[in-house]
Amino acid sequence: MSKKNINHICDKPLRRRTLLKGAAFGLTSLALPFGNADASVWESFFQKHFHQMNKDELQKVIARLENEYKEDYGKDFNIKSTKPIDGVKFGYGLDLSRCIGCRRCVYACVEENNQSRDPQIHWISVLEFEKGHRWVNVFEEATKYYNPHTVPEEGYFYMPVQCQQCENPPCVKVCPTKATWKERDGITVVDYNWCIGCRYCMAACPYGARRFNWAKPQIAREEINTETHYLGNRPRYKGVVEKCTFCIQRTREEPGTYPACVEICPVGARKFGNLLDPESEIRYSIEHKRVFRLKEDLNTSPKFYYFFAT
Amino acid sequence: MGIPLQSSYIRAMGLVMMFFASFFLIQYLHVSDAFSSDDIPDYFVPPPPFSEGIYPCSDCHADLEVNETRRELDFHEDIVLKHAEEQRWCLDCHNPADRDKLRLANGQLISFETSYHLCGQCHGTIFRDWKAGVHGKRTGYWNGKKQYRLCVHCHNPHSPRYKPIEPLPPPIRPDELKYTKSEDDKIPRNPLTSNYKAERKDVKEKH
Ligand code: HEC
Ligand code: HEC
Ligand code: HEC
Repeated sequence: MSKKNINHICDKPLRRRTLLKGAAFGLTSLALPFGNADASVWESFFQKHFHQMNKDELQKVIARLENEYKEDYGKDFNIKSTKPIDGVKFGYGLDLSRCIGCRRCVYACVEENNQSRDPQIHWISVLEFEKGHRWVNVFEEATKYYNPHTVPEEGYFYMPVQCQQCENPPCVKVCPTKATWKERDGITVVDYNWCIGCRYCMAACPYGARRFNWAKPQIAREEINTETHYLGNRPRYKGVVEKCTFCIQRTREEPGTYPACVEICPVGARKFGNLLDPESEIRYSIEHKRVFRLKEDLNTSPKFYYFFAT
Repeated sequence: MGIPLQSSYIRAMGLVMMFFASFFLIQYLHVSDAFSSDDIPDYFVPPPPFSEGIYPCSDCHADLEVNETRRELDFHEDIVLKHAEEQRWCLDCHNPADRDKLRLANGQLISFETSYHLCGQCHGTIFRDWKAGVHGKRTGYWNGKKQYRLCVHCHNPHSPRYKPIEPLPPPIRPDELKYTKSEDDKIPRNPLTSNYKAERKDVKEKH
């Protein structure tokens, strides 16, 4: 994203989704002395764009959020803002000849990334196709509601879909507030404090990978993951969009663990690594297997590679 | 040395060349050695999945006659051989003399911890993929230490077809999605019964 663009937005008084709420609130509260809670609302209202904050400002914001979350969830959160690692561009591989459609990945993701349990939000959808199916690009011909006693079901194959981390992400282009962007390591992220919930990005995504919080997310206290990243799995708000971030809070570390979905997959169908490292398992997959990407004709250039190992 | 030495220069060259020659020879031996520990990891989690109480095998087999005939066994009845069974019998892979070891086609003995050598004899491409972390599964750090699974963690060596498992619940259909603001204890729990977090802790403690 160009600097100029950001400045352009930030020059305007419009800052974020609570503008109206904030303005009304601001009028009444102007007359009153600020309480603690008021200050928090006020600060979040005037929070700068992620790229415009310097270190101190970001630290302040994070401290404020940790406070808010503590009040809301009764737990101590750690919110990281770790930057991309130099020389790393993340890529993902999925071996369709191994996947058995067991959905372990779906729920490992939910657990790791604090998705709402009610209303239910999943970042991964596992699609079931009939074997011999012509082409997997037409999701409508598959179902994600299959529920046999055991998988794999005779005569079917499975294709998990999540954010494809496009090099050329249409969702980013349409965002009116620049609340979503592609990071240097290739991960497209969302700033939940800048998202106004217009859902243009959801309409633009050809993979149906983005999810909307229709209500305040609910997660049982004992299941909340308090190890978070600002651009990743920290708790979301009502009215914001969220999506897979390749587990940014886990992977953007040295050393960094694999994404939760990779770690849980019982058949080892999921591969992850640095596309710029010739020794990585993702590069091995691309070089030794016949890989394809979803809806290549749209020129989104996903960094999510499907293949059949055999 | 048997090399005619005309000058110290040539002698020096000779030494340098011999040095490199031996270097390449070592390299070559190294690569051609199927058991170079280099490309094969030496850490696995968890250990081989023995049935309870079965190992060490020598507890019984030290005192048992070796019987090489193909037959119904009165012991190990839980084992069903469904793995190219027409061409094969137990002692093609299990070492007759010392039952705590496996035996490769060339007679070399290996331990159960490295049974992948055995599988690799016949499943070469998959073995190659496995070493690269592409067949099967590695956990740990994508940019650091990794843990492998043995082939036999996923495949029963005697009947290796991957066994079907129960899927976790499907997502709620949009038309059935209803939102209820709930007390903490009423919020639906994650159906995942995994211990992948514990596993991760394991990795961290090991390295
Ligand atoms: C509790 C005692 C016991 C243990 C422990 C045991 N075995 Fe056996 N095993 C037997 C007996 C008894 C037979 C012979 C059964 C028959 O002849 O019908 C046998 C037969 C076999 C045979 C068939 C060939 C032959 O020599 O008769 C193989 C192969 C074998 N065992 C491998 C193993 C291996 C590998 C282990 C360890 C992982 C093991 N056994 C552990 C009791 C044992
Ligand atoms: C002596 C050669 C040989 C060795 C050693 C061997 N296999 Fe096999 N394997 C075969 C053959 C042949 C087939 C195909 C015929 C069959 O499925 O019975 C096969 C099939 C398989 C299959 C596919 C089964 C299916 O039904 O889809 C798996 C998985 C497998 N082997 C795993 C292993 C593992 C794990 C090991 C090591 C413990 C191993 N194999 C060792 C020869 C071998
Ligand atoms: C993490 C689990 C896992 C590990 C570890 C693993 N496999 Fe597999 N393997 C699978 C799955 C899943 C399949 C697909 C089974 C199916 O389609 O039903 C498979 C398939 C196979 C097949 C059948 C041929 C094919 O391509 O489908 C062979 C042979 C095989 N594996 C051998 C091995 C060998 C040899 C090793 C060790 C070097 C190994 N596997 C390690 C999970 C594993």
